Amino acid sequence: MSVITLQVDGRDVAVPAGSTLLQAIRAAGLSVPTLCHLDGLDPVGACRLCLVEVEGGQRLLPACASEASEGQVIRTDTAQLQGYRRMAVELFFAEGNHVCAFCVANGQCELQDVAVAVGMDHSRFPYQYPQRSVDASHRHFSLDHNRCILCTRCVRVCDQIEGAHVWDVAERGSDCRIVAGLDQPWGEVEACTSCGKCVDVCPTGALYANEDTTAEKHPHPERAHQLRRAREHQQWLR
Amino acid sequence: MTEAPLPAQAHPQAQSSALTGGQGRPRLRLATVWLAGCSGCHMSFLDLDEFLFELAEAVEIVYSPVASDTKIYPEQVDVCLVEGAVANVDNLELALTLRQRTALVISFGDCAISANVPGLRNLFSAPGRDSARTVLERGYLELADASGQLPHAPGVVPELLPRVLPLHEVIPVDLYLPGCPPSAERIRAAIAPLLLGQRPLMEGAAMLRFG
Repeated sequence: MSVITLQVDGRDVAVPAGSTLLQAIRAAGLSVPTLCHLDGLDPVGACRLCLVEVEGGQRLLPACASEASEGQVIRTDTAQLQGYRRMAVELFFAEGNHVCAFCVANGQCELQDVAVAVGMDHSRFPYQYPQRSVDASHRHFSLDHNRCILCTRCVRVCDQIEGAHVWDVAERGSDCRIVAGLDQPWGEVEACTSCGKCVDVCPTGALYANEDTTAEKHPHPERAHQLRRAREHQQWLR
Repeated sequence: MTEAPLPAQAHPQAQSSALTGGQGRPRLRLATVWLAGCSGCHMSFLDLDEFLFELAEAVEIVYSPVASDTKIYPEQVDVCLVEGAVANVDNLELALTLRQRTALVISFGDCAISANVPGLRNLFSAPGRDSARTVLERGYLELADASGQLPHAPGVVPELLPRVLPLHEVIPVDLYLPGCPPSAERIRAAIAPLLLGQRPLMEGAAMLRFG
């Protein structure tokens, strides 16, 4: 196994070749905020919260979806990055219909968590109040598009872990949304095994079990990583 | 973002004539305002329990739905906690008035900060119509029997604004105190430094978490 060395916020770190910048940042004992990233799923670089500066680079790179290379000098926490991250989180709140007070995920929401992490005390962007729907056609679960941040964790866990590929992303721009099957009501999609992995990994209250009401959701985002580790390394650990 | 002057320096005239607090400091002139909210933030304020006695020693409450009978927002207020969103013309008028007369304005709770639950009527805007019209027609005409009519009493019943707004979209806000409601502990942690002329450190889940 070849090793590459790089520097993260002034710390020298060595990681296996092929590691991502996010893995290098963690190996250095540091962290960056993430939302779309989930250990166990392939990265997509959708949320832009993990953007980092690379010395000599022309643009910022999403740490989760960028491969680390020999001799790189990375900065993860500059004033510019802090500003962009807070702006990105404010835009998430302004873009959807996020009302923490009566959300099923209140207290267990990763969007709430990153708002704290980036120091967001209000949104400088006016809330958009988009017209969105709730798909409650499934026997066990519901999808509230008002709370969806399009991280695509549900799409990826269903495809990569469950192998059912119920979810996809449709439309573009502000019309962009998650669809079940061929843009059908979720309850009518025969491919769905009702395994609940999409609900487990959803970072917000967009996907939830029907019996859960305000602040009752208990997500299990760690399950993607547990299952992948079990399959690839035969380690059945919690 | 520019930081607002701290209340201790805000109104020297008012404070030189005010009673002094326990540590020889002038008593802060504190107001609390209730706009479009459920009053839950004020209930949480009352949950401060025995700290309310310390607060009563240190501040003069010059306007408040829970601690004062004054009907007119006074001049030269040092700190004002504003609960609720801006949903009607009365809310708007009071917001503009309090901004002119207050050194440090605090958005108090999620409704003031994001419009939160009152802001949900913004979802009910049919194309080309404002949400006020939509919800009034729903409430007073569609769901009424044949005698239903839209309320109209100028100067008595405040007209709804077309859209419910967070406070900072109407006036400049100096400090944000999130929560639905903010816990009494969080309110205390935000207020206590102000009594000493210091700005509270609003960071971490204990101080910032919405909901």
